Amino acid sequence: MTDTPSPSVTIDHLRIALPEGADRPYAVDRVDFRLYPGKVLCVVGESGSGKSMSANALMGLLPEGVRVADGRIRLGDTDILAQDEEGMRGLRGRRMAMIFQEPMSALNPLMKIADQIAEVFEAHNLLRPAERRARALELLTEVGLPDPARAAASYPHQLSGGQRQRVVIAMALALEPEVLVADEPTTALDVTTQAQILELIRRLQVDHNMAVMFITHDFGVVAEIADHVAVMQLGRVVEEGPADTVLRNPQHAYTRKLIDAIPKLGAGRAEAPERPPLLTVEGVSKTYHLGGGLFAKSRKVEAVRDISVTLGRGETLGIVGESGSGKSSLGRCLVRLQDVSAGRIAIDGQDMTRLQGAELRALRRRVQMIFQDPFASLNPRIRVGRAIADGPIAYGTPVATAMAEAEALLERVGLPGTARRFPHEFSGGQRQRIGIARALALKPEVIVADEAVSALDVSIQAQVLDLLDELKRELGLSLIFITHDLRVAAQICDRVMVMQKGACVELGPGAQIFDAPAHAYTRSLIDAIPGRDWDQSAA
Amino acid sequence: MSEFWKAYCRNRGAVVGLVILAVVLILSIVAPFWFPGSPWDMVQMPFLPPFQEGDAILGTDTLGRDIASGLAHGAYVSLLVGFVSTLVSLAIGIPIGAAAGYFGGWVDDILSRITEFFQVIPAFAFAIVLVAIFQPSITSIIVAIAVVSWPPVARLLRGEVMSLKHREFIEAAALSGQSGFTIIWRQILPNTISPVIVLSSMMVATAILTESALDFMGLGDPNIMSWGYIIGAGRTVLQQAWWISFFPGVAILLTVLAFNLIGEGLNDALNPRLSKRRD
Repeated sequence: MTDTPSPSVTIDHLRIALPEGADRPYAVDRVDFRLYPGKVLCVVGESGSGKSMSANALMGLLPEGVRVADGRIRLGDTDILAQDEEGMRGLRGRRMAMIFQEPMSALNPLMKIADQIAEVFEAHNLLRPAERRARALELLTEVGLPDPARAAASYPHQLSGGQRQRVVIAMALALEPEVLVADEPTTALDVTTQAQILELIRRLQVDHNMAVMFITHDFGVVAEIADHVAVMQLGRVVEEGPADTVLRNPQHAYTRKLIDAIPKLGAGRAEAPERPPLLTVEGVSKTYHLGGGLFAKSRKVEAVRDISVTLGRGETLGIVGESGSGKSSLGRCLVRLQDVSAGRIAIDGQDMTRLQGAELRALRRRVQMIFQDPFASLNPRIRVGRAIADGPIAYGTPVATAMAEAEALLERVGLPGTARRFPHEFSGGQRQRIGIARALALKPEVIVADEAVSALDVSIQAQVLDLLDELKRELGLSLIFITHDLRVAAQICDRVMVMQKGACVELGPGAQIFDAPAHAYTRSLIDAIPGRDWDQSAA
Repeated sequence: MSEFWKAYCRNRGAVVGLVILAVVLILSIVAPFWFPGSPWDMVQMPFLPPFQEGDAILGTDTLGRDIASGLAHGAYVSLLVGFVSTLVSLAIGIPIGAAAGYFGGWVDDILSRITEFFQVIPAFAFAIVLVAIFQPSITSIIVAIAVVSWPPVARLLRGEVMSLKHREFIEAAALSGQSGFTIIWRQILPNTISPVIVLSSMMVATAILTESALDFMGLGDPNIMSWGYIIGAGRTVLQQAWWISFFPGVAILLTVLAFNLIGEGLNDALNPRLSKRRD
């Protein structure tokens, strides 16, 4: 980079004020960004760091009550902050475009894809209707949709998540913008799809010489795509520099903390000692019958197909797979939230698949679950102490004893003296600790954790994983850890089962699965993990 | 409790509603002392306009009965009918709706068909028929109003319970060994309370209106003076003596409004997350 081109976007001393009563006065406090044509700037940070706010300010899409207090944003020679709504509309789409995290909510569910793309041209009064449709088809071809003509005639719900994100990208590209803002565009996608979308963004950005502002919380993604990195914490940029420098030689303590918190792939555990079996799964299948009525035939979906696996006492078994692989369905069968269609699940040799009523209740307390969404898994109207105590109370423990145990459990998971609070007074990570305490309240032998850390920031994720590991060893628990995140699985699992389309494609010790995967699907999953090269060179 | 009050009082309209309700409540309590005679007694000459000299401050009706006295005594009837009939319809609607929503399947089919059976008959016509069959009395009016107004409660509860029962915290409760009844009672019903409270405040208002309408049609309890009866009695002479129908009309309007305002305030105060957002 001998001759520095002039930046496409210049953000100087940007300060975004939050409404009164927020946890801090400024969402973004005096940050400077430069976006250069043909370069990707990654803005990394945890939730609440102000990274999305900066992008929204650039697009002129700040939420109500939030305003730019100070600073300048220039797009080329245009002062963004001086534009009125009319002016901004002219700039959006034409000179700068944005793609979002959730492609389904960015698309109109009642409109065909081709019409939605044509609408972009219509909004700017460009081209004639026939040309718009032709251009839409070209764009769909360019973003690599397998059958562009069919996609153009589809509705959003007929496409997969990755295809929808491609459509959103096509819409963003429609008017050849100079600047593309991507706000966590791959967070909602599976790892293999994520890898494809990252590659697509990289290719398009080079082809069109766009300046890209890429917002993410994932350093693996940063390693894949960034030219330049800015790390944000609590509204400030704490470290900034070329991607290589920041990733390999982080200076700021916060950056180091974030990078250290990433589960390392190389950490896969070696062959675990032989353990006595506790939970036995034999040929379990789960078939759903969807739709159907008096006259319509129902559709059969085989979510889980003939899975057999044993869980040893004190073992951690990882179940990994992409969305729709049946891993969650299997987990729900294990705790009997669902009945299996075939096969048997036995704990200590006792079949629990056919039990009902009191017998089921007696056995059920031995297998508990930690849920994915820390916000949905706690009753908003029940104080957390009581929520934890409810289980033991249902099994006949006196209320006072159960409440005292709940308080002890809360203290054990690092939240002492909080039993009388309501769930909304806690952060996501704290709620997940409460979920763990609740699962432990019945003194189970097996815990099924269904994507238990997926909704958490990476540093919080590391804390919760450490807590789980500690508790597991302390209490001699067996753990079934369901996740789509292979890094997490590699870090904590003794053995890993890889699922694809409801079937188990590979099962073995963690180290073997990650270092020498036997099945092609496992290999493709591992290859798709973002930032793998960086990982290996850093290890 | 103080937190609840703070949240409630943040809604000014709700406070106004509570003040109006308090006035109506006090009126119904002091009526026998303030107007010791029967409201049916003729105390003055007929068609006395309001705000004249004499004891009948709001004027008299076609037979010389004191309208102020009728209003005060009628307040008791309106509130009684409003509250009791709403409680009865909640007692019918909540269990039916909760059971239909939670258990689903054939339970839901049967309970929903029963609910729909009651829903397809026009409410007011049904109420008239019921009162006519059972002889007009305060009990038959309350029963009739309750019988025609529970289906919306059941439908609301069914929908709420259906959306709640797949939430993770309900699954967590099932996993921790709680029985179906405990889950409905402790986990689900508390989460349906705000829509139920809003709905029931509207139902009190509707019940008061229905009671007035029944009385207006001459189907009221013949021994009890009510607002609807006064309006009904004054309707033929609306041109000559507007005040006969006007004052009880205003009383109904304010009371119904009060319940709507209170319902809104309660909703704010009972939903901890919503009230938090307002801070």
